[in-house]
Amino acid sequence: MKFDIILAGVGGQGVLSVSAIIASSAMHEGLSVKQSEVHGMSQRGGEVQANLRLSDKPIASDLIPRGTASLVLSMEPLESLRYLPYLSPTGTVLTSTDAVANFANYPDLEGLLARIRTLPRAILIDAERLARQAGSARATNMVMIGAASSLLPVTLETIEHFVGTLFAAKGARVVETNLKALAAGREAAVGR
Amino acid sequence: MSETVLLGDEAVALGAVHAGLTAAYAYPGTPSTEITEYLIRYRRKHGTPIAQWCANEKTAYEEALGVSFAGRRALVSMKHVGLNVAADPFMNSALITINGGLVLAVADDPGMHSSQNEQDSRLFADFARVICLEPSSHQQAYDMTREAFDLSERFQIPIMIRLVTRLAHSRGNVTTAEPRPENPVAKSATPASWILLPANARRQWRALLERQPEMRRYTASCPHNTVTGADSPAPFGVITTGLARNYYIENIEDLGVAPPHLHVGAYPFPADMIRKFVGGLRRVLVLEEGYPYLERALRGVLPPNVDIEGRESGHVPPDGELNPDIVRASLGLKSRPGLTIEGLTLPPRPPQLCAGCPHGDSFHAVTAALAGFPDAVVTSDIGCYTLGALPPYNAIQSCVCMGASVGMAKGAAEAGLHPVVAVIGDSTFLHSGVTPLLDAITEDTPMTLLILDNKTVGMTGGQPTIRPSSQLEDLVRGLGVPADHLHVLDAHPRHDAHNTAVLRREVEHRGLSVIIAVRECLETIKRGKQEQVAARA
Ligand code: SF4
Repeated sequence: MKFDIILAGVGGQGVLSVSAIIASSAMHEGLSVKQSEVHGMSQRGGEVQANLRLSDKPIASDLIPRGTASLVLSMEPLESLRYLPYLSPTGTVLTSTDAVANFANYPDLEGLLARIRTLPRAILIDAERLARQAGSARATNMVMIGAASSLLPVTLETIEHFVGTLFAAKGARVVETNLKALAAGREAAVGR
Repeated sequence: MSETVLLGDEAVALGAVHAGLTAAYAYPGTPSTEITEYLIRYRRKHGTPIAQWCANEKTAYEEALGVSFAGRRALVSMKHVGLNVAADPFMNSALITINGGLVLAVADDPGMHSSQNEQDSRLFADFARVICLEPSSHQQAYDMTREAFDLSERFQIPIMIRLVTRLAHSRGNVTTAEPRPENPVAKSATPASWILLPANARRQWRALLERQPEMRRYTASCPHNTVTGADSPAPFGVITTGLARNYYIENIEDLGVAPPHLHVGAYPFPADMIRKFVGGLRRVLVLEEGYPYLERALRGVLPPNVDIEGRESGHVPPDGELNPDIVRASLGLKSRPGLTIEGLTLPPRPPQLCAGCPHGDSFHAVTAALAGFPDAVVTSDIGCYTLGALPPYNAIQSCVCMGASVGMAKGAAEAGLHPVVAVIGDSTFLHSGVTPLLDAITEDTPMTLLILDNKTVGMTGGQPTIRPSSQLEDLVRGLGVPADHLHVLDAHPRHDAHNTAVLRREVEHRGLSVIIAVRECLETIKRGKQEQVAARA
């Protein structure tokens, strides 16, 4: 089994914490993990991408080869398209519909979403709205992990455990909000 | 023994701790920063080792040398261009009889994710005639760092660990081994070997050269240089270094027959081993991250009838970071198609200053103050504010190396341009801007130095500057900048008109002036608040 994920987004959107939760969960379930991150210059509001590789065998490369990724998990619609060449023809694009239009010529959002829907396996999640309903717009990341959870080779229980650990220091209310966001994301993706 | 998941940088840090590290010194620089950040956190928890940020890479290296003189183990880490700053102590330390183990961890940035160039530090190790170890996995990053301290004491030379961004900033599993205690304090038994007067230096240089065959014997027999599939019937051989091995392994399955493979992870490269490996082969493909270092060297090692293919021959791109796909193409394998959406071009999303960043307001004031001067020049430097080169600011015209804004401004002004403004961050100023400012003060050069004081090393994640913001004005005054041309401004947009007016007055002044624009980085403010919240919880 191997499951390669390209995580995409814009600097500041918390792409790395999404990656960290999935990575910890996979490791906990005995999988090999390699996770390549972006630090430094590009983190300042630019395009950010992380490679996360999960496998039941040792993993050689930190980078995912073209045409082989199982999932592009994107926090932002435009960014979800940047890494299509890395996706396997049978892979899934899972993206939030919340645009970060922090530059002048951002394309028309509705047109962009329509193009994404033409892909063979695309899941679009209204993540920020679901996060707000769960109690905090800051839980948008958790909605996206929840939405990805049914595709990932790890159990929901393990993911929930690590979401709990990540937010434990911030108190029970914060943990609860994030778990709710996780559940909402899963339901939105599965119940489509 | 226990297993943990670490960044490549952290694996180096933990390897050093477990090797009995006494002290670590560094200046922040992507992708090396997390080595020292890890050690600083480790010290908070365990009390050791000493782990400090320094004024620059040169001071960091010299402090590590002092630790070695005292017989204890020291780690100094930096990014590749940092080694240019530390080149003087590094090159000379190769001649000294190293006492306590001294390890230099250098993180190169092929592909220039966050750097001005992609120089390959292996050449620096060669230049200094010392051993370089190059990990290709997290486990090796840990193991090699541990071993490097032993090698340093055994060969009495500094040892380089060469990392690249992709390993420094990726997470992987590491199995740790039993930690070793720190060395006791024991002053160098050969103090004369640390005094590089010509007579001593000549003796030391000869001694270093005489140790070269022994170093080569080590690299020829160490487990970092390995051959697999020597009797493979494939028509060509593959030589990899560093991470190129991983990208090669990623593609082996599709090759049908796996070629004979030599991996080089320890330098000086084992020439005899390579000669033997190539044997009757007529073609070798050399896959290395960085310069065509080995490839070039092989042209003098292998007979001329062997085709050596690599970055220099044009079989692998001459620049940029390697990846599985580039290696795939160089192996003659077909690329795998991904998905595409026809007719869609994606606009790039370049990095930019955080919304509301104080630098943005300062750039606004600079641009306004220079309006109407067609010959105005704004030199700049390394940091978040380098993004002032991009729209919407388009405010700066140079970025070369740490501190260069100041020296370049002086030269440009003396060559006849006017007005000239040098823009530099507080930390970069303390790193390398003070000395060129001394030159400008001496000549009363007609230029304006604008220090953007955001009270932190912003670009690398908000490390503390070597001296606090509150001391900057006294420091600059103490260097000899006249009081009536030294101003401290609040870089808040509500003071924009005033700040622009002060800048305008000073750029018109035909002599040296210094303006310090102070306002804290938004990220550190945010993090400060988060830390307060966490502390209260
Ligand atoms: S990190 Fe700080 S200094 Fe850098 S762009 Fe953001 S606010 Fe400005």
